[in-house]
Amino acid sequence: MNAERISAHASMPSKQPLDRRDRGGQAQPLLSVRSLRKHFVIKKDFFGRPVSQVHAVDGVDFDVLKGETLGIVGESGCGKSTTARLLMQLLKPDAGEVIFDGDPVGKPGGLSLREMRRQVQMVFQNSYASLNPRMSVEESIAFGPQVHGLGKKEANARARKLLDQVGLLPNQFASRYPHELSGGQRQRINIARALALEPRLLILDEAVSALDKSVEAQVLNLLVDLKQEYGLTYLFISHDLNVVRYISDRVMVMYLGRVAEMGESESLYNAPAHPYTRALMSAMPSMDPDNRTQTAPLVGDPPNPIDLPPGCRFCPRCSMAVDKCSVQEPELASLNDQQVGSRQHQSACWRAADVQALAATPISEEVLS
Amino acid sequence: MTAPCVTAHQSSPEQVPLDASSTAEQMVDVQNLKVHFRSPGRFVQAVNGVDLTLAKGEVLTILGESGSGKSVTLRALMRLLPERRTQIHGHIKVAGQDVLAMSRRELSRYRGFTTSMIFQEPMLAFDPVFRIGDQIAETVCRHEGVSHREGLARALELFELVRIPSAKRRLSNYPHELSGGMSQRAMIALALSCRPRLLLADEPTTALDATVQIQILLLLRELQRELGMSVIFVTHDMGVANEISDRIAVMYAGRVVETGSVDEIIRAPRHPYTVGLMQSRASGELKGERLSAIPGSPPDMAFPPQGCAFAPRCSLATDECQQEVPPAKVLGQQHWAACWKL
Repeated sequence: MNAERISAHASMPSKQPLDRRDRGGQAQPLLSVRSLRKHFVIKKDFFGRPVSQVHAVDGVDFDVLKGETLGIVGESGCGKSTTARLLMQLLKPDAGEVIFDGDPVGKPGGLSLREMRRQVQMVFQNSYASLNPRMSVEESIAFGPQVHGLGKKEANARARKLLDQVGLLPNQFASRYPHELSGGQRQRINIARALALEPRLLILDEAVSALDKSVEAQVLNLLVDLKQEYGLTYLFISHDLNVVRYISDRVMVMYLGRVAEMGESESLYNAPAHPYTRALMSAMPSMDPDNRTQTAPLVGDPPNPIDLPPGCRFCPRCSMAVDKCSVQEPELASLNDQQVGSRQHQSACWRAADVQALAATPISEEVLS
Repeated sequence: MTAPCVTAHQSSPEQVPLDASSTAEQMVDVQNLKVHFRSPGRFVQAVNGVDLTLAKGEVLTILGESGSGKSVTLRALMRLLPERRTQIHGHIKVAGQDVLAMSRRELSRYRGFTTSMIFQEPMLAFDPVFRIGDQIAETVCRHEGVSHREGLARALELFELVRIPSAKRRLSNYPHELSGGMSQRAMIALALSCRPRLLLADEPTTALDATVQIQILLLLRELQRELGMSVIFVTHDMGVANEISDRIAVMYAGRVVETGSVDEIIRAPRHPYTVGLMQSRASGELKGERLSAIPGSPPDMAFPPQGCAFAPRCSLATDECQQEVPPAKVLGQQHWAACWKL
């Protein structure tokens, strides 16, 4: 089914209005991230050298394919939001490369930061804090296009069209201010504002997490519709595994600033190949009254990303750890050879095969039913 | 007087509810509770006639969205709402005592001894400039009139009860030194410090990571069984409700719209709102399909609708629903729902 969807997308762009900006064709990832790193220094010694630092993002590589939705999951402090901010250059990366459709971002001869931000937009979790309280909805949405050179009239017309598309009547809502809207409505405005620049990639950082469940489903439906209509690519960050599974074609699991596992979402959910992914899944509250969770998969809290353990970062909490795990850090490696390119299932675990074998015991069924 | 207290707790915690004075079978009995907030230029009818009962040793979850009045109901049970701006009508009886009629002195005894509460943000429950152990000891001293040293000993016991690793060392920590899950455990310890018979939990796991949330849920379930407490648990997450409760009450716009055992609510919900909530859950099986979302958004409780509050969002609604609030319809031994279309 996934394959169908991706191929459907592959055939779609010919009809898409944004197609003219496509440079490398369908095979080239829309976004490639290479060894992205960000450490926050919290203490320096006499010479200004870092003594202790938070390893927020510590060497992350991934690709976002054209037309797909890549989900990023992980606990707080795993670096998922920092990754999003680094991509938008809201934070300056310490190291690493961001390549947007073949062009390195912010490098001579590459894509300028301004142009990149036009093509990549972001929606944040706090719908209220991300809107200017002194701007009407219409002004907020039209602001971006005007900064990028569109006339006021056209920008307002675009704002009204977008309002209509996110399911808010322009006549009723255009002149309202953020405090006059509910959380779900505000998040629709944020989505409309992000789309006003006609981006190709939308980063949704916990965009539905603060919404009520009954409203969350509406916004998820909206996101699916908009993706179809504009041929968008999503980077969907969330801590809710159910939502991520629903919306994502591929999923990336992060732990303490690194990628623990990455793969097609069905493959990853049905046969997790990293003990952390497995733990995350069995930590989801059960929806079956006869089959409640009996034991917690992990003990204690996620460790702080300041003093990292030697070897595998997950090793101190891992029930499957062997001697090697505390000595040498595993790299992200492919599991099977059938899948090629970016669609392969990768895991950063020395015992990935053993973990996957365990998955034959149906934890996914009891948890996700 | 104090030492036996501590030892009694150590040896047989299950005796705690037995030495209680009340003989009533019901722990909580709330009848037609209405809570209205008045502020200049605004009158919000947060809770509009809630009936709740809770048996001894039972765990009830109030499930609802933001603004449904679930937290306000819980706070009314503790009388934590600002008195000047709040009008509370109805009857609240906890362990046979009339909560709304209590004097200040009775109230301070009631809070802690009979009922205590844990909150969503554990960090806000502690004073940042005092050590955690001292804060718990202070509570014990104040309520039970024991010395600080005995209070500290009690705090240590409590820390072990909530399974905080290296409890002794942790007692001398300041709140900021504890992680999210740890400070939630410390708050549970604080809430249990006077052996309450009713524990009110206001979204205690919402701010936690999934792997920590499940630990706290399991801990609460264990403690509830061990201590024989009654618990009212407020959450918006159906999975959490399923994990923790015996019975679920679904609230919408200041009223309970459906109650029943966990089984009945999760497997066979009857009220259109509960049904809608269950169906709008995103999951892997629905991939590629549209979610059947409930249209619209919850009403503004400054202007509540006249009839059934859910009618504007309900696909089954008719004129009747717009006119009058539906009465509760009994569907089973514990199961009832308030809907005209049942």
